[in-house]
Amino acid sequence: MLAYLLRRLAFGAVTVVGVLLLLFALFFLVATPDDVARKALGEKAMPEAIAQWKTNHGYDKPRLWNAAAPFDTMLAEHLRRMLTFDFGRSDADDTPIVERLREGVWPSLTLTVPLFVLGLVCAVALALLVAYRRDSALDRATQVACVVLMSVPILLWIVGGQYLLGKMLRWFPISGFDPAPAVVLRFLAMPVLIGVLAHLGQEVRYYRTVFLEERNRDYVRTAYAKGCSPSQVMRRHVLRNALIPILTNVVIEIPFLFTGSILLESFFGIPGLGTMTVDAINGNDFATLRVMVFLGALLFIAGQVATDLAYAAADPRVRLE
Amino acid sequence: MIESHHLANAAVAALAALCGVTAWRGRARLAALWTRRPLAMLAVGLYLLVGALDSITWVGGSRGTAPTDLVALQEPRSVIDRLFPPDFRERSYSAPLAAVEFYDGGALRFPGRHLLGTDILGRDVLLQGLKGVRVALLIGGVASLIVIPLALAAGMGAGYFGRRVDDAVFFLISTLSSIPTLLLLIALVMVLGRGTLQVCVALGITSWVGFARIIRGETLKLRELDYVAAARALGASDWRILRRHILPNLTHLVVITFVLLFSRLVLSESILSWLGLGVDGSWGQMIDQARDELARDPIIWWTLATAAAALFGLILAVNLIGDALRDQLDPRTTR
Repeated sequence: MLAYLLRRLAFGAVTVVGVLLLLFALFFLVATPDDVARKALGEKAMPEAIAQWKTNHGYDKPRLWNAAAPFDTMLAEHLRRMLTFDFGRSDADDTPIVERLREGVWPSLTLTVPLFVLGLVCAVALALLVAYRRDSALDRATQVACVVLMSVPILLWIVGGQYLLGKMLRWFPISGFDPAPAVVLRFLAMPVLIGVLAHLGQEVRYYRTVFLEERNRDYVRTAYAKGCSPSQVMRRHVLRNALIPILTNVVIEIPFLFTGSILLESFFGIPGLGTMTVDAINGNDFATLRVMVFLGALLFIAGQVATDLAYAAADPRVRLE
Repeated sequence: MIESHHLANAAVAALAALCGVTAWRGRARLAALWTRRPLAMLAVGLYLLVGALDSITWVGGSRGTAPTDLVALQEPRSVIDRLFPPDFRERSYSAPLAAVEFYDGGALRFPGRHLLGTDILGRDVLLQGLKGVRVALLIGGVASLIVIPLALAAGMGAGYFGRRVDDAVFFLISTLSSIPTLLLLIALVMVLGRGTLQVCVALGITSWVGFARIIRGETLKLRELDYVAAARALGASDWRILRRHILPNLTHLVVITFVLLFSRLVLSESILSWLGLGVDGSWGQMIDQARDELARDPIIWWTLATAAAALFGLILAVNLIGDALRDQLDPRTTR
């Protein structure tokens, strides 16, 4: 087990370094600090102004190679600062990035956690029902509905939902956010509802195939043979065994709860990390964008390592791979 | 003199010929698809036709053009453009088939002729919707052209050669797939700059990973089969085995993935458009513009409705065909 643990951790660390190198290539080699400065200052900026901007924002070292001091380069600086979570200041308005992350993570979580839980419960329940009634009219209708739901662009869900529920029916405020527990639900109801609907088609289809695959197994036949009712078989045997693929799918999504939902947040005016990303795009704020990409990847890798270790603890066969 | 639009026309002709040959060779499959999903096939055919017609352009020669209208005389215009009068625009919004402007009631230049109204700059919405077809097909097509060779090379190489190649590809795949897709897409477009080709490259880089994984798994299986061993015993080179014995057995995966990928790519572009990073003239941009229009009073609904219907129609048709193809071609899903 220890060998597996070490191997898995080492691979996770290598992947993190890979992500950092990729980020360096994108943000320092493809789009050079000069390009970024020119975007901030305008195409016709003087060379002195660009040099000044680079000094102010900490982009003034040699990028890859410094003959005088080999570790005094942008590459070394980039690796060191990302790995120590010393994210520095935003390129656009000089606010410390860490502070904005701390402010944004709670609004993001208040949106994504209910969205995630509700979406999961709805999708699994519907998929179980449909798999139970396989090839019935209900099953066929749901399959068609899933393809239709999948084909609706998410923008249309959001714009249409805001118009119908917010403007015509006046059930919910069109957008906005207030963290006070008494009113937060009013603001969250619509984004959560729309988020669940937008992903329902895809999720139900996926879980339906998972359940159908489990239904063809031998233990299901045995359960029927010993006299279990169909609903008992579905609940006690199929659902339980299907939990493994379901959990795999679910655990992958958990890290993304922290980075928020870019589309939902900015459409509904929720001041979370998704909105922060959109602000970074609009303000050509490459420093913030870099941090968001890195954090997203880091959370994902950590989640995956944790899942794999949990599997290895539960199932000895995994360790030998 | 040869100009860029001549080259574009030649490319369209070559592409059409290629599609024709491929369709003829796969006519049995197409016929089977036609019996299963006639409406979806018809819809995709229509989209393809509009996209092709919009790609064939030439200069001048339209009826009713005043000799002083320099733009119409000098810019190449497509067959779709030529279905409408030259300079077919108003000053501002007008409702579908309206005779007057929407807000101040001024007279229109073409009263009652804008079937789906005009947008804020007075452009005809139907024409914009039709022109969006070409943009959508271009995005899906070019990005797929990046994804498929990349995924095939990486997946087949990793699966067939194993060891070092496999390690390198696996590392690349796990690095790329550990970055949330939308964030990576945004970062790529920000870094590469805005434009059709840049967006396609970004979409390509973010989309090939999953496909490469499937190809790798399938190649691993195929590599162990008897006919591959027989070919190797007869002295066939690696390259020949990959090309003649492994690639043909991956075709069904390529076809299925291409169709399902296509719809995902077009949808992703609409999200990028909304973030201000999309391709000019796409349906995503029309939907983006419609956000403010729904907040007006009285509302402007026709831009949103046109773009959303066009996008939804294409995606739904492609998804339906993809599903049917998967049932038809993939032995694993036979139930």
